[in-house]
Amino acid sequence: MVERRPYLTVLTHLTLILGAGLIALPVWIAFAASTHEASDFLSGLMPLLPGDKLVENYWKVLAHGESSAGAPPIGLMLFNSTVMALSIAVGKIAISLLSAFAIVYFRFPLKMAAFWIIFLTLMLPVEVRILPTYEVVAGLGLLNTYAGLSIPLIASATATFLFRQVFLTIPDELTEAARIDGAGPMKFFRDILIPLSRTNIAALFVILFIYGWNQYLWPLLVTTDASHYTAVMGIQRMVAVPDSEPLWHLIMATAILAMLPPVVVILLMQRLFVQGLIEQEK
Amino acid sequence: MAEVSLAQVRKIYPGGFEAVKTVDLAIEDGSLCVLVGPSGCGKSTLLRMIAGLETVTEGTVTIGGLPVNDREPAERDIAMVFQSYALYPHMSVYDNMAYGLRNRRTAKPEIERRVREAAGLLDIEAMLARKPRQLSGGQRQRVAMGRAIVREPKVFLFDEPLSNLDAKLRVQMRIELKRLQRKLGTTSIYVTHDQLEAMTLADQLVVMNAGRIEQIGTAMEVYEKPATTFVASFIGSPPMNLIPAASDENGQYFGETGSRILRLRSSAERIVVGVRPEDIHLGEAHPGEATEPDSVAFTVEVSGVEPIGAESLVHGHTGQGHDLTIRVPGYAEFGAGRKLMAHASPKTLHFFDAGNGRRID
Amino acid sequence: MTDKRVSFSGLLLPAALLAPQLAVTAVFFLWPASQAVYQSLLRQDAFGLSVTFVGLDNFVRLFEDSSYLSSVQVTIVFSAATAILSMSAALLFAVAADRVLRGSTAYKTLLIWPYAVAPVLAGVLWWLMFNPSIGIIAYILRGLGISWNHVLDGDQAMILIIVAASWKQVSYNFVFFLAGLQSIPRSLIEAAAIDGAGPVKRFFTVTLPLLSPTSFFLAVVNLVYAFFDTFGIVHATTNGGPGTATTILVYKVFKDGFIGLNLGSSAAQSVILMLFVIALTIIQFRFIERRVHY
Repeated sequence: MVERRPYLTVLTHLTLILGAGLIALPVWIAFAASTHEASDFLSGLMPLLPGDKLVENYWKVLAHGESSAGAPPIGLMLFNSTVMALSIAVGKIAISLLSAFAIVYFRFPLKMAAFWIIFLTLMLPVEVRILPTYEVVAGLGLLNTYAGLSIPLIASATATFLFRQVFLTIPDELTEAARIDGAGPMKFFRDILIPLSRTNIAALFVILFIYGWNQYLWPLLVTTDASHYTAVMGIQRMVAVPDSEPLWHLIMATAILAMLPPVVVILLMQRLFVQGLIEQEK
Repeated sequence: MAEVSLAQVRKIYPGGFEAVKTVDLAIEDGSLCVLVGPSGCGKSTLLRMIAGLETVTEGTVTIGGLPVNDREPAERDIAMVFQSYALYPHMSVYDNMAYGLRNRRTAKPEIERRVREAAGLLDIEAMLARKPRQLSGGQRQRVAMGRAIVREPKVFLFDEPLSNLDAKLRVQMRIELKRLQRKLGTTSIYVTHDQLEAMTLADQLVVMNAGRIEQIGTAMEVYEKPATTFVASFIGSPPMNLIPAASDENGQYFGETGSRILRLRSSAERIVVGVRPEDIHLGEAHPGEATEPDSVAFTVEVSGVEPIGAESLVHGHTGQGHDLTIRVPGYAEFGAGRKLMAHASPKTLHFFDAGNGRRID
Repeated sequence: MTDKRVSFSGLLLPAALLAPQLAVTAVFFLWPASQAVYQSLLRQDAFGLSVTFVGLDNFVRLFEDSSYLSSVQVTIVFSAATAILSMSAALLFAVAADRVLRGSTAYKTLLIWPYAVAPVLAGVLWWLMFNPSIGIIAYILRGLGISWNHVLDGDQAMILIIVAASWKQVSYNFVFFLAGLQSIPRSLIEAAAIDGAGPVKRFFTVTLPLLSPTSFFLAVVNLVYAFFDTFGIVHATTNGGPGTATTILVYKVFKDGFIGLNLGSSAAQSVILMLFVIALTIIQFRFIERRVHY
């Protein structure tokens, strides 16, 4: 700080505490709600402090789900979310590493064409091409499968660009040294390139895991069968119960469980995540 | 061990730039050949062609009697030390040195033996488990050399390996490198832009300029008999003074009327006279009398003096306005504007054709 | 495009390396996108029995359709408000976090985690907070004499989705603003202080102008976020209602295509959105290029 102004320091801390509180408030309320029973939500103000039904409520959604709404146990949905998020993260990283390697380290005809085809995907988020993409997936018989959930979200220019950027910063002399040391292209890729990119890979993994976990519209379309519901989209089935009051305590328990894994990931890997986020946009 | 030869080698880059213009060079088995020249002269390109990192546009590169144009770098039995060292940052020193051997499927005990031996030779045994980033510049340099040594190749290639070190360490490593090369007796090709480094290391010195070889010889041959004005001005610090000979109705001469004059006869139309800074002697200006017998004399107007300890460099210009530098022992106290008489023995003069820059003997 | 000095040779290997990405791109990106363009030129009759080629008629109809135009308007209001709200809050927190010496890591942690919360969950959280009968905010507002019912009041429904969308996006903006602030050389701020500028003046005359590249970048990203990623918030909380008060464009594509089964119109809307993203991408890239050249 350039100068000492105690009142400013106090104000600064106040702003941050208030901000952190405001950010946390909705989740606190949701958590409090998830520990009560249905009768506590009938009228007036909802409870703002945790009740005594924590274990009971969470056990109920985890193991049984809210059968009246046709939602499966959230345990299953969490499993589906994990499979989907991992497939997207691993798949995207794998194919982007390979294509970035080809684009940076090889000279071949139509290289620019390949580059631009990949680049185009940057401009086509899944939301703007949902209907035809849905038809393709349906046509391939991939509705209600993990492949249908994840593969269409795997190709992405951002990851390819990120790795291209990383590879471009690796000195040419290192490649030459490897060539003299008798490493062919794939050996160089495995022994030198991948180890040198491992922080970037880890950072991207965090971001992609969250991206995959939080997908909503796509799973909503391709899963008609409850056995493939993901946690994030499954909550909508519980919210949209016609003609009856929502079961707040169960919805909020589900919401808390659905947000827990990505939040834990981000908290554990905060530094990697921030680095990855900023690098991705470079 | 092997001799290396380049026959009619050319390199033209896809853009049309001709980096190396038809070069012939033979390097003896076990010798240390230094390629020296200013940046962009083609020396690194030449080295990289020998390494196989650049394709050869025309001509043949031969290592140990075998043409290697179409061989991968790894198949040429060479090892290279890079300017940036190019150590694999994620591997330990040991793994850096062992990587090339493992790729060649050398047996484990043999790898172990060679790495230990090279580490002993280079005094880096204590660092084998460390990562390159935990080492100092000089230690990294040693590891880079170690990586080349363990391979026991036919030829070592050095691409400005010392230029990332500070001045003191550079001198120390230079001596050590020469000692190692002698001990191992491996044919070595060394690229540098530093003429001092080149002269101290070379068995065979190759001076390059603008894609061509200007001269090949031992360091002293090149210093004493520079083949071209380029070599004359590149080798030696401060460089040789190059002064165009004056002309009158009797032809060309060097020196001043009233002093001793050297008449020059040559088929060349115009001539450049070269004289090393240490071959010029200064005296008081008394036109008309030569203080030293047998020497050519001319006036110099001092523009400045740089004392560098044991000697001083006197900068000045001749009556015709040509700049020159004179090396005098001890501390010279000449004010700017002072006129002095310079003498040079005709035996120390070098003559070049002003048209093509070639030496005239 | 920058190239390496060294490159490996071969044709089969790079082709094999590129194949997975190109295959996925072709099947799930290029083909669907071209289908969207193709379908946008067709019209199906009400029973799906016949398909006719209608040229640009679907687009013409869209721009004559008051519900589409109102959706455009809703989207503009929503995305502008979301971007402004989340960016100003994030900037405030970033400036504060950049100032503190003690506990800055803890504050950072407390401010960035909502990035990991799915938009739809953000929607559900705020849906509870704003619930007209039991929500805490509705309760407080009632105390202030404001009757809150976003189920009936379109403006209130809009406020609900703006707040939920902004809440989730604050952390993303915070990360970038903080990085931007930390990359401003300390010496510049000190020079301004020596020149007699107080903290507030320094912020507006030195810090803010230097943050303009970050702000511009974030504006584009926030726009894209509000246009596309917020689908879940709308779908789970307001369903585009009441009426069409919160029907943003993406939601309308979904509603017209999957529920209304008006394929031609939905495809035309998709194409317009694609053009919008392409335009934004180009703007952003030109901008990034310029930044690189500075």
